[in-house]
Amino acid sequence: MKTYDAIVVGAGHNGLTNAAFLARAGLDVVCVEKNDYIGGATVSRNLYKDWWYSNCSYVCSLLRPEIYRSLELHKHGLQVTPYGGSVQFMESGDYYGSYHDPEVAYREMARFSRHDADAYKRYSADTMRQCRFIRDFLLSTAPDPTSFKPKDLKELARIGGKFMDMGEDRMYETIRFWTMSVAEYLDEYFETDVIKTALSGSGIIGTALGIHSPGTAYVLLHHYMGDVDGNVGSWGFARGGTGAVAKAIAGALEAAGGELRTEAGVDQIIVRNGKAVGVALDNGDEIKANIVVSAMDVKRTYLTCMDKKDLPEKFYRRVENFKIRGSSGKVNIALDGLPTFPALPEGSSLYHSDMHFIDSMERMERAYDDWKDGTWSKDPYLDMTIPTLSDPTMAPPGKHFMSCFVQYCPRQIDGRDWTSEEKDAFGQTVINQIANYSPDFKDLILHAEIRTPQDIENEIGITEGNIFHGELTMDQLLFNRPIPGYAQYRGPVDGLYMCGSSNHPGGGIMAAPGANAAREILRDLKRPNTVPENFGDD
Amino acid sequence: MSLVREPVHQGRLKTPFYPRVEKLDTVNQWHEWKGYSSPDALYCSEMEYFAIRNGTAVFDLSPMTKYRITGPDALDFLNRLVTRDMAKVKPGRVAYAVWCDDQGQVIDDGTIFHLREGEYRLCSQQRHFAWFQAAAIGFDVSIVHETEDIAALAVQGPTSFSVLNNMGIQGLDALRPFGLMHVDFQGAEMMVSRTGFTADLGYELWMDPVKALDLWDALFEAGKLHKIRAIGTEALELARIEAGYLAPYEEFLPADETIRTGRSRSPFELGLGWLVDFKKPNFNGRRALAEEKRNGSKWQLVKLDIDGNKAAHHSYIFAKEKGNKDEIGFVTSAAWSPVCKQNIAIGTVLAPHGKPGDTVWVEVYYQREMHWNRAMAKARIVDKPFWFPPRRGATPPGPY
Repeated sequence: MKTYDAIVVGAGHNGLTNAAFLARAGLDVVCVEKNDYIGGATVSRNLYKDWWYSNCSYVCSLLRPEIYRSLELHKHGLQVTPYGGSVQFMESGDYYGSYHDPEVAYREMARFSRHDADAYKRYSADTMRQCRFIRDFLLSTAPDPTSFKPKDLKELARIGGKFMDMGEDRMYETIRFWTMSVAEYLDEYFETDVIKTALSGSGIIGTALGIHSPGTAYVLLHHYMGDVDGNVGSWGFARGGTGAVAKAIAGALEAAGGELRTEAGVDQIIVRNGKAVGVALDNGDEIKANIVVSAMDVKRTYLTCMDKKDLPEKFYRRVENFKIRGSSGKVNIALDGLPTFPALPEGSSLYHSDMHFIDSMERMERAYDDWKDGTWSKDPYLDMTIPTLSDPTMAPPGKHFMSCFVQYCPRQIDGRDWTSEEKDAFGQTVINQIANYSPDFKDLILHAEIRTPQDIENEIGITEGNIFHGELTMDQLLFNRPIPGYAQYRGPVDGLYMCGSSNHPGGGIMAAPGANAAREILRDLKRPNTVPENFGDD
Repeated sequence: MSLVREPVHQGRLKTPFYPRVEKLDTVNQWHEWKGYSSPDALYCSEMEYFAIRNGTAVFDLSPMTKYRITGPDALDFLNRLVTRDMAKVKPGRVAYAVWCDDQGQVIDDGTIFHLREGEYRLCSQQRHFAWFQAAAIGFDVSIVHETEDIAALAVQGPTSFSVLNNMGIQGLDALRPFGLMHVDFQGAEMMVSRTGFTADLGYELWMDPVKALDLWDALFEAGKLHKIRAIGTEALELARIEAGYLAPYEEFLPADETIRTGRSRSPFELGLGWLVDFKKPNFNGRRALAEEKRNGSKWQLVKLDIDGNKAAHHSYIFAKEKGNKDEIGFVTSAAWSPVCKQNIAIGTVLAPHGKPGDTVWVEVYYQREMHWNRAMAKARIVDKPFWFPPRRGATPPGPY
């Protein structure tokens, strides 16, 4: 039986990225995937007639341009198109829009508050400063502060140097920023509820935290530090839906001679004499390899796919306590036409934006209260987009696909699994909220796919359907991610590596964990590095 | 539920004078200025420049950010905000001022008009409502953004006094530089200040936008025989460099917008130490500025008189002719001065370089028929404005 150089478990964007870089270094790599399609949560699916659904992740910004360029993803069919602004619909019938043009954005803000319009520049500069600090560390391994290896010391010195370079005042600001809540952070700049609400969404998307929870200011950054073509903070759609990202990376993998095997779910990672030697598939087959790389989240990797006896005791407990909580769901809708939003002027650019139907910080917090009570938000925070306004490939001409990210939505209802009635009611909550602002919306619905965290867990395999493979809180970031002492992509067993979003720098379609893990693996194997370094930004 | 409202205006705004400016425009070259359309040039920026130095140039400065500051604590608030002592600026006087953040770094510069006892207008390039409100905590003061409520024209050049006199403005002969007065214009109040961005004889007119077009027409009628011309920003920019005035985003960045460390400047570093008054009560940035005064500044703004005739745009400045390791700074604004026949520039260098009389070297890049050339040009650091004619300060001004 053949022994591969490496098996990568899970063909999400990080698994594919990892496998692609290993294959490029000349390794004999196979990437195995439990589903009959690739991409994991980075996927476009044909679930209704001629519609393609970005049925998990739906927008693209964080994907590292260094990886995009290095893997030549444009040659494998990827195109990311920026989209415009965002809008908050208000209960009063008014709306607050954000626009690309800085002067238009200014005037719109000044309509609510001239103070806030002027404060926005300071807010942008302060937030961008934090972005610049952290962006530089995305495409590199987090140094271990307890290590005396030259590589770690050098990287620690670099971070320390960058930090000191900020100057006293900005160092204080940075430390505060990393620990404060997004609500407190916004209070330092703005006075208008709807403007704060609009900006606060990015602080909680994908987390089981509320806008007043400490640490959410950092999450804001996680959504801002991406870019489309160098426009930092800008977001885009992948042409053909999010699955186009996975397809392109898979193209790069196969072009480098890597192998891709779908419908090959891993039952167990096989460990012999303290070393990972392969995987046993659900169908009973075994695949042998010198190393095994898990792109699954940390809980699924260790609690489900490994024998507890092979793992260190403290490590195991830490994994059990790793925070990876279901907090968001998805409603994906095929539409017979474009719904109208009477509050918006006809032909408004805001139709191309991401839409939100919550207009106060209190409603944001109440939405979180429902989650804590063990149920979905009855007045949820939606991040709704209609990518078919710019993408001609995802629905027939004149028809549309609508993607609704929904927060909050728990993995379990009152500690038990969802019933199908509850799932329908969850979908109705979302549809009703949109219909409040679009009278013709309901009549245009042809098909809707409702996805709770439970559905995402069952189908994709991500524990609790958490989009980041684990909360982005300080105790789970940088050298703490996923587990202190194991933050450099190496598992607690020889020959076992981790490359999923549970690892530094975390989730979103960034591909950085997959790439960083490949760099570490190639270092261990004493192979030439194929993974690009950060473009850097002076 | 539906509430009809005017959607936010998506295109560029038009100033109250736009219908007249647009009529005179022959080149269709516009840029954006705080959301408004503003002309780069109207027919020929070189000729427009000479209107400033030889006749009367009219520039529409309505988009300039303006605030009305009133209330019992207006003076105390301004003294807290800016670095200079505003108590010395009496009603009817205008003061150039800078304001700083807590680190003593310049947020912006501007002019403060003491319109009447306790009533001020502050004009600046950037918009600062949030900052002013924060600085106003504890003061009984009203700050109103009034950019749209005031139409403003700069009327600059040697014949500007004659033009305004001809228009029937009384008492202009007694108005000194940095003075202002209120006059009647066709039954409405107009404020006239002897201020400008050109270092020449010149005035600025401020009034209700309703009367804007009447004012324009009266002005151009009165100036018909005095070489009056409307101008765009390019001409004004050249005059600005000759005057040695600072432009935000050229000579400094607003401190609250800088992302990288060390990209902001203190008043001392901009040659504005004379605006910092430690004898008055607390003001923003005072402690940091006192410390900087004790310990010395990192940067020094310089005015350069450069050999040769090739404008030193974006040039590095070196201490010595040979050896590029000795880079000490860079040019921020540069021009060939038609009126001085000098190759002039404003730049920033590391202290203690940059003392008046020092010699430095400027690396000038210039293109000739596709090919790029490089020359090291010797430059002297000067401390006076390049252009500062006696007529600028003459009171009463001559008729010219």
